[in-house]
Amino acid sequence: MTMIQALRSAMDLMLERDPNVVVYGEDVGYFGGVFRVTEGLQAKHGRTRVFDAPISEGGIVGTAIGMAAYGLRPVVEIQFADYSYPAYDQIVSEAARLRHRSAGDFTAPITIRMPCGGGIYGGQTHSQSPEVLYTHVCGLRTVMPSNPYDAKGLLISAIECEDPVIFLEPKRLYNGPFDGHHDRPVVPWSKHPRGEVPEGYYTVPLESAAVQRPGSDLTVLAYGTMVYVAEAAAADTGIDAEIIDLRSLWPLDLDTIVESVKKTGRCVVVHEATRTSGFGAELVALVQEHCFYHLEAPIERVTGWDTPYPHAQEWAYFPGPKRVGAAMRRAMES
Amino acid sequence: MTQHDFKPLRLHVPEPTGRPGYPTDFSYLHLAPAGAAPRPPIQARASDTADLAASLVRVLDDEHRAVGPWAPQLDPERLRAGLRAMLVTRIFDARMLIAQRQKKLSFYMQCLGEEAIAVAHSMALRDGDMCFPSYRQQGLLIAHGVPLVEMICQLLSNEADPLKGRQLPVMYSRKRSGFFSISGNLATQFVQAVGWAMASAIKGDTKIASGWIGDGSTAEPDFHNALTFAHVYRAPVILNVVNNQWAISTFQAIAGGERATFASRGVGAGIASLRVDGNDFLAVFAASQWAAERARHNLGPTLIEWVTYRAGAHSTSDDPSKYRPADDWQRFPLGDPVARLERHLEGLGEWSAGQGEQLRKEIEAEVIAAQKEAERHGTLLDGRVPPADSMFEDVYAQMPAHLRRQREQSRSES
Repeated sequence: MTMIQALRSAMDLMLERDPNVVVYGEDVGYFGGVFRVTEGLQAKHGRTRVFDAPISEGGIVGTAIGMAAYGLRPVVEIQFADYSYPAYDQIVSEAARLRHRSAGDFTAPITIRMPCGGGIYGGQTHSQSPEVLYTHVCGLRTVMPSNPYDAKGLLISAIECEDPVIFLEPKRLYNGPFDGHHDRPVVPWSKHPRGEVPEGYYTVPLESAAVQRPGSDLTVLAYGTMVYVAEAAAADTGIDAEIIDLRSLWPLDLDTIVESVKKTGRCVVVHEATRTSGFGAELVALVQEHCFYHLEAPIERVTGWDTPYPHAQEWAYFPGPKRVGAAMRRAMES
Repeated sequence: MTQHDFKPLRLHVPEPTGRPGYPTDFSYLHLAPAGAAPRPPIQARASDTADLAASLVRVLDDEHRAVGPWAPQLDPERLRAGLRAMLVTRIFDARMLIAQRQKKLSFYMQCLGEEAIAVAHSMALRDGDMCFPSYRQQGLLIAHGVPLVEMICQLLSNEADPLKGRQLPVMYSRKRSGFFSISGNLATQFVQAVGWAMASAIKGDTKIASGWIGDGSTAEPDFHNALTFAHVYRAPVILNVVNNQWAISTFQAIAGGERATFASRGVGAGIASLRVDGNDFLAVFAASQWAAERARHNLGPTLIEWVTYRAGAHSTSDDPSKYRPADDWQRFPLGDPVARLERHLEGLGEWSAGQGEQLRKEIEAEVIAAQKEAERHGTLLDGRVPPADSMFEDVYAQMPAHLRRQREQSRSES
C-alpha cells in the first residue's frame, strides 16, 4: 500500500469497528479528499459517517470537540497543516484541556489529521511543519508516521486513544519514500519493505520510537521525510549512523533515544521545521539533560531555515542529505 | 482634481449614549409592546422569522398580565418554582460577592438581572439535553437543582472542589446536569454545542443542545462558525445570544449591534431567529420551548437574542461606574425579571408580598447554610486546597512518563 492507501485502510477499518467513529473535513466526503485519503469511504459508510465540511477549520475542530463530548470519536481533516491556525484556539484552549479542566467530566478523544511538510514546491502555505505548535501544548499527543505500515498502525492507535491526537502526515511521503535526492527518480512504496501493510487490524503503539537503521557512530533523531534523508546521508558519508524515527513526537519514547545516544556518544537532530524554538530544541535539551556525561561532541541540529518556506528556493531550504551529511561529519570530527 | 470631489472620509466609532453622569437613551432598543409579535408554527422557515428577529417577543405587559400568542400556559406551581430558582440565583450571587470581598474566594461573576433567561430556558429543556454555557448562566445549574454546596466548593477551590482546584471560580462543569465544562476562551463553546447536536443527529438520538454566548463574543469567529455549521447540517441546537448590552466596558454597538439586531444574523445565516424580552420569564420559557420543539422535531436550529441588561459589574474585578451611568439598570425599560414575575403572580392571586419576604428569608438561610458546609472543606484563606500532586492528573487519560517525572520532582522540591 501507499501511505494514502494505508491511512484510508485505517479509517475504513475503524469506521467499521466502532460506530462512534466519524470522518469529516473539507472535500473529504463525496470527492474523497484532495489527496484521495478518504476515497470511497462515504460511498461505503454513508453520508452521516463521512461527510464534507464548510471551509472553516475552527468550525471543524470545534464541532468535533462537541461530538466527542457527546460520545463520538471524530477523525477530522485539516486540508494542509498550514491551515490549522484558524483552529488553534479550539485545539489549544479546548481539545487539549477539556479533560483536565473538567477533572475528567468531559473528554475529547479526537484525531486531527493534517498533511504537512515540504519538498513538493508547495511554497509558503503548502509546506509548513508546525509540529512544535502542538508538542508545546499540554494535553495533546503529536504523531507523525514515515511509512505506510506505521501510518496505518499509528492512525488506528490515534483513533482509539482517549486523548486528542494531532496526526501529521508528510505529504511528500504519500506515494513513496523521499530521501531529498530530488534529482533522482522516486521509488514507489510498492518497492519498499515498509509498503507491506496488512489488510486487517493492527496497531503501532504511541510513545514508541523505531530504530530505522541501527548504527554505532552517532544517533540521528528524525521523523517524517527526514528519516529517509538521514538514511541517504549515512549512505553518502559512510558514517554508521543509528537513525531513530520518533513516530510519536510528544509524549515521546525517551528510553530509546537515551539508550542510543549513550551508546554512540553523538547526536544529530533533523527536522524540516524552522530552527528557532523548533521541536529540535526540545530534543537537544532532553539529550543534554539525560546523556551529558556520555556525549563526545556538541549536539548538532539540521533544520529548515528561520524563514517562511520559499517556492523557487525549495532545495536550498529543504534540509537535504548534503546538509545532514555535513552535520554528521561535524559531529564525528569533534 | 478628483481628490476634491469628495469630503475626507471619517472612521465611525460607535459610542453608548450614556456615560457616567449622562443617562442612557434606551430608544435604540426598538421595543415592541407585549403580545404584538406573532407566534409562527415551529415549521417556520428562517425567512419567515425576519420580522421577529427585528422585533421583540414579549408576554408580560405593563400591568404584568400575560398577553398575546406567546403566552405559555404555565401553571402557577411551575411559575413559583421558576421564581424560586431565580431568587436562589440572585441571593447566591449576592452572598458569593460578599465572600469574594472577604477574600474567601478569589473571583466571582454575578448574573444580576439575567436570571430569567437561564432559569426559564432550563425549564424548557429535558433531561439528557446539553447546555454549552458561558460564565453567566449559573441559573442553569440552580434551576437543575445542583447542590449549592458543590457549587461553592468549586468557587472556593477547596478540598471538595469537583474540579480539584484547577479552574477559576464560576468555571463549573457538570455533565450529569447537562452543563458543559466552562472555558475562559470566549465563544468556543458555541460551535461545540453545534457539534454535540450534530452527534445527537448522527446517532439518531432525540436529545438537543443549547449553546450560549454574550453580545460581545458574537464578534468572535466561533459565533459565525457555529451559525454556518448549524445551518448547513440543520443541527438540533438552540443558539442563545444573551444581549446584556455590555461586554465588560464595551457597549453592544462596538460588537456590531448598532442598527442591526443580533437575531438578524441568524436570519442572514438561514436560521430561524427570535428576539425576545430576556427579563420576561414567560416569554423566555415560551421562546425556548418553541426552539426546543423545532430542534426535537428535526426542523433545525433556532437563534434567540435575549434582550436584557447586565445589572451588576462585569466581574468582581470590574467597576462599571467608570464607563456607564450608575442608575442605568433602574432606567432600563425591561425592568427586573424577578419583580416582573412576582407582580404577574400577584395579579393571578398566586403570590403576595408576604410570601416573597418569607421565601427570600428561607433562601438566605439555605445559601448561608450551604456556604458554611462548603467552608468546612476549606477556603483560599486556610489553604485547604486539593493536593499539588493532583495537578498532574487528567492532562492525559494515562499519565505519560514526563509527567510522572515532573510529579516526582514537584514532590521532592516542595
